[in-house]
Amino acid sequence: MKSAAALDRSPLRAANRVGWLPALITYSLCGLGSFLMLLPLFWLVRSSVMTLDQIFRYPPEWIPAPFAWQNYPDALTTVPFLLYFKNTVFILVPTVVGTVITATLAAYGFSRLRWPGRDLIFNILLTTLMLPYAITLIPTFLLWAHLGLVNTTWPLVLPRWCGGGIFYIFLLRQFFRTIPRELDEAAILDGANPLQVLWHVVVPLSRPALITVAIFSALGAWNDFLGPLMYLNESSKYTLALGLAEFTGLYSSQWHLLMAASTVVIIPVVLLFFFAQRYFIEGIALTGTKG
Amino acid sequence: MNNGSRRTKTKSLVSRERREMIWGLICVAPALAGFLFWQVGPILGSLVIAFTDWTVANTPRWIGFSNFQRMLFADPLFYKSLSVTGIYAATGVFLNLSFALALALLLSQKIFGLTFFRTIFYLPSTVPAIASSVLWLWLFNPEFGLFNSILTGLGLPKQQWIYDENSVLASLILMNLWSVGPLMVIFLAGLQTIPKYLYDAVAVDGGNAWHKFRFITLPLLTPTILFNLILSIIDTFQVFTQPYVMTQGGPNNASLLYVLYLYRKAFQEYDMGYASALAWVLFLIIALISFVVLQTSRRWVFYVGGSE
Repeated sequence: MKSAAALDRSPLRAANRVGWLPALITYSLCGLGSFLMLLPLFWLVRSSVMTLDQIFRYPPEWIPAPFAWQNYPDALTTVPFLLYFKNTVFILVPTVVGTVITATLAAYGFSRLRWPGRDLIFNILLTTLMLPYAITLIPTFLLWAHLGLVNTTWPLVLPRWCGGGIFYIFLLRQFFRTIPRELDEAAILDGANPLQVLWHVVVPLSRPALITVAIFSALGAWNDFLGPLMYLNESSKYTLALGLAEFTGLYSSQWHLLMAASTVVIIPVVLLFFFAQRYFIEGIALTGTKG
Repeated sequence: MNNGSRRTKTKSLVSRERREMIWGLICVAPALAGFLFWQVGPILGSLVIAFTDWTVANTPRWIGFSNFQRMLFADPLFYKSLSVTGIYAATGVFLNLSFALALALLLSQKIFGLTFFRTIFYLPSTVPAIASSVLWLWLFNPEFGLFNSILTGLGLPKQQWIYDENSVLASLILMNLWSVGPLMVIFLAGLQTIPKYLYDAVAVDGGNAWHKFRFITLPLLTPTILFNLILSIIDTFQVFTQPYVMTQGGPNNASLLYVLYLYRKAFQEYDMGYASALAWVLFLIIALISFVVLQTSRRWVFYVGGSE
């Protein structure tokens, strides 16, 4: 560490500084990359504010004139998107609450409480990260069908109250392990039981990790398509993702409405990303640094 | 007196250990229950169902290896979906990793404003799979889509994209490149762990940018590459939403990806026994590939300090 710091100050460093030509190349490539990444989103928004007439015009209009804002109310009333939104929230909220509570408990039990066989069991659980989801799909469905709970939100919510998913437990466990043990010991000496330690010591210090888990699980519920597709078969129970798929099937050539509906589904996610970007990036980076 | 106090101390220590164990088990109980109910149970369940002729409507009958025999000897669509998925996964994984690494290298340069570019590069991967499927369906539209508008503008011939069996897989792979954000971020995190003085050492020895990449960045990034590789293999082998929404496996089954075929058998034809057999074959294929990758990784993954 010391030698690296010394090198930083040495004249050698000058050789490593970015010259104007490499910087120009880097900026050009970044600019090109950004252009390509944003182009589909631009096309999305552009098409969402055009009339069908404008869309089918040749040569294509890059910037629509005038903007057809009417597409949004049209799209949202053609299909009951408000109902789908409500259905989605009714799945999303209990999913996030269940994931955060049970994943926190599990991560705490797997990191800060000592009991025989703990790490072995955690490692066994961790192997399920590599398990293809396709293998559990059918028996799980048959189980819910047997219980008569297909076409309810139980199959989508209840599993999330069982630890939320090993990925989240892993993420929180990694974070909990960075908190000094002495803090737990001090609280225990004051007569706190482990749950009180968790609530008063660990949770307040782990807010960023908990927010990350909440965001990821909320996104998971918002974006989930296969789950609702398998378990919800009455259109009055559809989520937004499922509603959008149905809309696509019914109005396959109404591109202006389809793009408006897609934009509506995308916007909350993009807003969440802009406001909570740090948690996205750090949460994902954390999984890679200690695979 | 002295003896007595020692005894209570040992006793309280033992009871504290016991208490900690009980609390520990209480805390992990929901997760363990979840593991048993949604992982172990279903895995065993699907293994059993794979040997039956269950179609939901009938009482399941044990039929031994019939499902597997049917798959291997009497189901051309099984081979079709296997080869489609193999091509898709091999090409997709390679291109995704290369593209994500290229973006990460670009962003690891020390110039101003790179958080801004990172935001933009990551943004597309936040778009829900269903919404991006609808969007790309429109981008690929042969008449009025974005891509053919650009091609026409450049005076090039129009393509059929997902509507031609020769270009449908390539189109889906191209679409996948749009959302490499998470892979890129994991690469960036890996790049940040590489100590700067190693690059200085290469500079002292007169090495150029290529030498730095080839002899420092690449070897020290191999653990991250391995992680991303396994992650992408598991993901791309199981892609579902895009082919389900965009192509329904067509044209002419050219995009009949494996999980889509499995879904069809299970939830449209209710052939649960056969679909479970398909699931187990996929599981074994992914496990085998991951195993081979992990085994060979000993030869190409470089761990700092020789520790694993």
